[in-house]
Formats: sequence, C-alpha cells, structure tokens
Amino acid sequence: MTAVASRAAGGPGDSKPSLKGKAARGSILADKAATVVLWGTGVLVLAILGGIIVHFAMAAWGVVSLNFVFGDPSDTNLGGVFPVLWNSIYMLGLTMLIAVPVGILGGIYMAEYARETGILGKLTTTIRFAEEAISSVPSIVVGLFGLILFVDNFKWGFTALSGALALTFFNLPLMTRLAEQALRAVPQDERSASLALGATKWQTIRHVVLPLAIPGLITGVILTAGRVFGEAAVLLFTSGIGTPAHYNFMNFDLTSPASPWSPLRPATTLSVYIWKLNSEGLGAFKNQIVDGSAAILISMVLIFNLGARLLGRVLSRRLTAA
Amino acid sequence: MAQMTTAYHAPGLRAKRSFMNRIDAPQIVVLAAAASMIFIVALLLAFIAWQGIQLFVKDGVPVSQIFSSTWQPDMTSPNVSFGLLPFIAGTVFVTVVALLISTPVSVGLALFLSEVAPQWARAIVQPALEIFVGIPSVVWGWLGITILVPFLSSTFGSDINLGLPVVGTLITIPGFLTGFSWLAGSLVLSIMIVPTITSVSYDAFRAIPQELRTGSLALGTTRWQTIRHVLIPSALTGVLTAVVLGMTRAAGEALAVQMVIGNSPSMPAAISQPVTTLTSQITLDMGNTVFGEPWQDALWTMSLVLLIISITSVVLVRLINKRRMGA
Amino acid sequence: MLNGTRRFGAMIIAAAIVVGACSSAAATPTAAPTDAPTAAPTTAPATDTPAAGSPTVAPTSAATFKCTGGSITVAGSTALQPLVDAAAKQYVKDCPTSGAVITVNGGGSGTGLSQVSAGSVNIGDSDVTAESKLQPADAAKLVDHIVARQGWIVVTNKDVTGVTNLTTQQNIDIWTGKITNWKDVGGVDMKIVLVFRPASSGTRATFKKLVLGNATEATGGQTLTEDSNGAVTTAVTKTNGAVSVIGFAYYNDPANKPLLNGLQLDGVDATVANMASGTYKLAADGHMYSNGQPDGLTQMFLLYMLTPAVQGTLIPSLSYAPVVK
Repeated sequence: MTAVASRAAGGPGDSKPSLKGKAARGSILADKAATVVLWGTGVLVLAILGGIIVHFAMAAWGVVSLNFVFGDPSDTNLGGVFPVLWNSIYMLGLTMLIAVPVGILGGIYMAEYARETGILGKLTTTIRFAEEAISSVPSIVVGLFGLILFVDNFKWGFTALSGALALTFFNLPLMTRLAEQALRAVPQDERSASLALGATKWQTIRHVVLPLAIPGLITGVILTAGRVFGEAAVLLFTSGIGTPAHYNFMNFDLTSPASPWSPLRPATTLSVYIWKLNSEGLGAFKNQIVDGSAAILISMVLIFNLGARLLGRVLSRRLTAA
Repeated sequence: MAQMTTAYHAPGLRAKRSFMNRIDAPQIVVLAAAASMIFIVALLLAFIAWQGIQLFVKDGVPVSQIFSSTWQPDMTSPNVSFGLLPFIAGTVFVTVVALLISTPVSVGLALFLSEVAPQWARAIVQPALEIFVGIPSVVWGWLGITILVPFLSSTFGSDINLGLPVVGTLITIPGFLTGFSWLAGSLVLSIMIVPTITSVSYDAFRAIPQELRTGSLALGTTRWQTIRHVLIPSALTGVLTAVVLGMTRAAGEALAVQMVIGNSPSMPAAISQPVTTLTSQITLDMGNTVFGEPWQDALWTMSLVLLIISITSVVLVRLINKRRMGA
Repeated sequence: MLNGTRRFGAMIIAAAIVVGACSSAAATPTAAPTDAPTAAPTTAPATDTPAAGSPTVAPTSAATFKCTGGSITVAGSTALQPLVDAAAKQYVKDCPTSGAVITVNGGGSGTGLSQVSAGSVNIGDSDVTAESKLQPADAAKLVDHIVARQGWIVVTNKDVTGVTNLTTQQNIDIWTGKITNWKDVGGVDMKIVLVFRPASSGTRATFKKLVLGNATEATGGQTLTEDSNGAVTTAVTKTNGAVSVIGFAYYNDPANKPLLNGLQLDGVDATVANMASGTYKLAADGHMYSNGQPDGLTQMFLLYMLTPAVQGTLIPSLSYAPVVK
C-alpha cells in the first residue's frame, strides 16, 4: 500500500502548477537528497550487519570446526566449547520450561479476558505497567535481584536454576506480550462462530483460538529464546563463572552436580564464557576461542530468527490450508 | 519488535464480551499467570529498594552525599564519601551522545522502511534489524574492544580542533590517549539501540492514516515535504516514545559499555576520555566487595537508581501516550 | 596464625604419608612421590600480610588426605582461579573412582568471602584476609587456609622502550600522577596512561600497600580501570604508553607475555624464585576460606592443595610459589 503511494509521490512534482520554478526545483532536489539519505540508512544497517558477519566468519575461519563445537575446553590448545554451549541450550530449555506456559497463559488472559474498565480494568492497567516495567529493568539489576533472592536467600548458590529463574523473570513480559499478540491476531469471527455453536469461552479458546494462534506463538517462543540465549549480565551473578571440564551425559542423577542434566549445578553459558575469557582467560588461543564462540552465538541468533520466520510461515500455510 | 508499542494502545475489543461475567477456573489460572508479573515487579522493587536504602539506613550515609562527586568508598581512606554523581553523570552523558547519534539514523531508517523502501528492501532490512537485536551484548563489547577502540586511538591520537573558517577554533577535543572512552561507549550503545528506536518509530509512522499521505501528495508536495510537514509532526509522540525506550535500553546496558569506556570513576571531562557509568561500576565492584559492607551497599544504591530511571521512563512513556490519546 | 601454620605442617606430613594410599584402584597421584615431602615440614611460609588470626583454628585430629567423593563449589579470587581450577581438575584425575565434583567459579575475592560466609559455596578464595573485608563476627566464623604465594608484576605496552626497571619511588610518582611521561623515568617521550584495577580489588589493595605505601593514586579522565587481569592486559596492549599490574600467572601465560613489557621492581626480577625467597616484594598469600572447620570433600580438597602434587608441581608451573616446600 505504502509502496504504491510512495512510488506515486516520486514523480509528479513538476506536473503540478504550484511547484513550478526555482522553489519547485529546490524542493524536488531536497526530495531526491532525502530519498538518497533514507536509502542510505537502510544500506548502513545492512553494511554494519554484513560487516559483523563477515568479520566473524573470517575470525572463526580455522577456529570453528566440529572439534571446536563438540570438544571440551582446554588450557593448552584450542579445545572446544561444548560444555558451555550445552549450558546455553540447557539454560534456554529450563527458562522456556517456565516462561512459555506462564507466558502463554498470561497472554490468554490479556487477549481474551482482560477488561479495560472497572476494577478489572485497573488490574489490566497494572499488569501492563508491570509488563513494561520488567521489560525496562536493566538486565544487570535483574541479575543482582537473582543473586540476592535465589543465590543468597534461597541458598541455591550459583546454579542453573538460579540463573534460569532470573532469566524467566526477565523474559516473561516479552513472552506474554508476544503470546497476547499472536492470540489477538486470530480473527474475531472464529470466536463468534464457536460461541454461537454453544461452546464455552474456554472451549473456544482451547479448541479454536489457540490452534489458530500456534504459528504466532511459535514465532514468539523462538524470538524470546534468541534473547535468552545471548544474555550474560543476568547470569554473571546467578549461574556462575567457571570452566566446566567435561560432561558425562550418561549421568542422569538430577541431584548430582556432576550431571549435565541437573539444575542444581553451576552452569557457565557461552555468553558468560566470552565474558570470562575476556576477563580471566589464559592460554595462547584465548582470542581465537572468543572469536569462535562469538561466531557460534551469532550463528545461533541467525538460526533462531530465520527458523522463527520459516516455521511461522510453514505452520500458518498448513493451518490455513487445513 | 513491532510488539513494543501495541501494549500501549490496546484496541478496545473487550466491550463485545461483556456477557462473559462468570469467573471460571481457567480464567483464574490465566489471570494468575498474567498477574505473576505484578508479583515479580513488587518482589524486585522490594528487594532492590531494601538493599538500596541500606547505605542510608544501616551505614548512616546522608542521602545528600550521593549527589557529591567524590567517590571514596574505601572505609580505610581518610575521607570516605559515597558520591554517585560521577556514575549518574557518566550514564546520562554516554546515553545522551548515543541518542544523538542513534536517533537520526533510526528515525531515518523507520521512515525508509515505512515510506520509501520497496517491498523487497523491507524484506531484507527488517529481518536484519531483528538479528541486530539478537546479537548479545558481550559480542558488541568484544567488537568494540577489537575494532573500535584501536581505531579511535590510532586515528584520533592528537588533539582535534573543531571550529569555523573565520572564527577559528571553537572547541578542542583532547586526542584519544586511549581508545577506551566516552565516545567508544556511546558509539557501541548507539548501534545497540538502533533496532529499538527504529521499530517503535516505524510503528508510529505506520499508524498514520494513509489519507494524510495521499491528501498531502495531492496538494502537490514532494514526498520529503510530506514526511517533514505531515508525517513527522503526526508521529512525534511515537518517535518520542521510541527515544525514551532507546534511552532506557542504553542506560541499563552493562557489559558492552563496561568493556569499552575505560571506567574512570571521575566526572566526565571530554568525549575522548574514559568515563564510567552506574552499570559498569556495579560490574567492576560487585565481585570484589562483600555483602553488607558500605561499599557494596553503595552498589545496591546504584542499582536502585537504575531501577528508578527505568520505572520513570515507563511512566514517561505512558504520559506521552496518554497525551497522544487525548489529542 | 602460628596455629594455622602448625596445623598445615601437621596436615602436610599426614598428607604425604597417605597420599600414596589413595583410593586403592586409582593410580597414585601422578606427580606425588610419596617420600618427597616428609623431609621438612616447613613452619611458616614467608607471609608479610598479617594472616588471618582465624580464631577457630584448633588443630583438630590431624586430618590426613585421602581421596574422598562428594561435590563442592569454590568461588572467589580471579588471581587464584587458575591454580584452584587446575588443582580441581588434577584432583579428579588423581582420584578417578571417588566421583568427586569440584566446581570452581571466579567472581572476585569479595564474592568468595561473601558466599562462603553465607554458606552458598564451600570454599571462598581471596587475595586478602577475611578480616580486612568482613564484619569481625562473620570473619571469625571462617577458617583460613593459605595455599600459595602469588606475585604481581608491573607491565607496560610494548612501545614503552628504554624502561626495564622501576623503583618503588618511581612507581609512587607514576601512580600518584607526579610523573606523567615515560622520559622522566628514562624511557621514550610518551605520555603515561595508568590502567588500574578497581579500587575494591585485592590486586589494587596489595599493590597500594606494598609498593605505593598507601599513597593516594591519581584519578581523572586519563586513567583507565579494568576489572580483571585479562581486561587489563587487553587495555595495556591496546593503549600506547599504558602501565598496569597483573598477576604472574597471567603475565607468564603464552597469550599475554609476548604482548607486554614486564618490569623489575627495585632492580629485582619478577620471578617465582625471587618471590619465594622474599626478595621480590610485590607478593601476597592466596587464601582459601572454609566456613567453620572443613569436613568431607572440602577438607580433603584443602588438604590436597598442600600435597606435593599441587605444591611441588602444579604451583610452580602456574607461576605461583609453594607455601610448603
């Protein structure tokens, strides 16, 4: 729609009488210049992103290999990052385990039940305010909050659980908001039809609205996941800064801190590992490991984003076709 | 990204459903899930506020002292002083310069996306922006250290004179003795907040009715004139919201900034020199201080200040939008 | 303090005797010839810091090191972290059947002391004594275990040529801002950029006390502060004329050494040997604190830190000095 309007706006300047003469030429020139500048901003962003990707692709060349991704860290040679990469994935899973259901349920309330007037309207306003407030709280403050609540008060120490809960607090508003949007995007007619057939409100939500909202919900989950994956400031104070040596994945004893499946163990993630290497790293390969880790992080972000788009598209096509 | 503003002007779809007055079990569950955020905020405020006031309550530091510029938290030093002004000023200055760099670019980008870009260009730039959001702050910091910092010190090593041909030198910026500087921090931040400002301004431009554009263009104005005289004024509150949200993000960013600004705990003097911020000082000192010592209490006070800044900005955004709704 | 060291003496003898008898099936600790350390239970490591007068130090039954399972978390000092990290890995290697899990976190000396005090971790590492940081009542609950001597070296950017040594007085003049150009200490004509550790850090406190004589350091817009050895190294290598202080373990690391000029202090080379003999003065004890008398794996790991496997082999290889000869 805009594209049409804009294209129309490009040309017709001098055909209009009011724009004849010097002033007109001046404003057309200004218009051309503005167009160039605005295109420039788009090019700039792409150039910076392209530059970053090329930079890390070059820096990671010769560093990132299967051995690097799936190997254990080493002091003396390049080693690998698998334990910290695992921790990133594990923390992501643990965080989403809580954030996704709570976020979707909260989204259902905000999209389907929330009132805008009366006492419940006040409540809605308060929830929205809380949502915006948590979103705006600096991640380091959330980390400190996790430190004092989970690490110290609950005496959980620096554990994956402390970190994941702090991350959940941090990301719940985003998940709720994305879920609300996904649900709102479902056409009102679908609801009316279901209600007209005698379904209760909850039946309508469960069997009509939620299935239709799935593509949007999945996009929301993946976008939230991308943010969790790269977060470091929250985890610096909650899940520990160390170098795990080797994980035995056959150890399923969830109470053992040696088990990579246990939530009650310190878990240094990939982002925190970059921070740690930059602050306390040792060994001749330190910088290569940082470059390699950063390349992996950026690749994951790319995968998350493209994945969210593709999956959303595929799912919505399948669902609308059905 | 586009979700950022929708929360502020939720459509009034509710009216239709007034017959659903019964409160059923699912409703209580979903309400609890949504209300959990109120609980989280209350908990967060309570804990940070409680810790943040310990400096005054337990350590007996007068509240006025935090507005002094002397940061001397070591209890063994002769003149102990918990002046937070260098950190507050650092946060404000670094953020302001970042906004000055980022706002024109981001608003330009939003205009590009909503008014100029053909479909294919939008299909490339919008995902690119989302990837921007996802790049972790430690990666930005690492890029700052490896690329920006050496570039600044090697390129602008000697004093820089800014002036006009006839008037002569107006300002002299001391050269970058080191690339770790206020400017480095602002530049890194300015890139990091581009997606925030862009997406929120974009929403504001998209929300302008198409008739305003066609009406203006029908009068024979150029596209740029339409943008300047019609679109920007009508989207002003939205753009303002975008800037406030960008500001919040910039003021709260910790690791990327800490890695590049040099962390000198004194009042900001020049854009080419190291400064410090609230977040970077917390990062520096938290691990070295022990729980309950006045020094760490001062760090909790800094987090309280950060919390107040972010809550204030949320209120500010609400006020801006209320005015827009009213107008 | 005397109490403490006597206890360590006792422990180490015991440790040396039992170390061979470690978990039967397991290979004997690689670098621990069983007879070596029985020679001389050295009394006191050269400590110039008034080491923790840990009040709870009562030589309990002379504990002996034996491979023990369990899981503990250690957190704190980044200066000690390379050593503790390596020792933890070696412990697991030496006691393969024990199933012991020792997790080592950094975080800084303050974190170590706070967390061990709060009971969130089993051992808190620190560059400074608990008494200098914690409330007396909290400090009294902690038991100090001095496991190594650590040294620091003054380093500069590679472009600072002509300077190989700084005297204590020159250091004072430089770090208080009296001397601002390298040519005034015999080097090239180049501005000095000071790169500090945070005022709260153990490294900064030790340097201030041992070299600067508690003189007040320069502040202001031309100084940098970086929060760790790694970040300091990066800042020094990327800033012309920069000077800072880093731990031996980090200086001697292959990643850092080629990028830095290491300076003598008062004409004394910054080497482990000179630190051990006491001629190099910028050195201090590395502390590992337990909350009360340690038991289980906590106790065994602390004992293990004093076995020849750690003191004789690991410590010198990581540029620390042993406290048990």
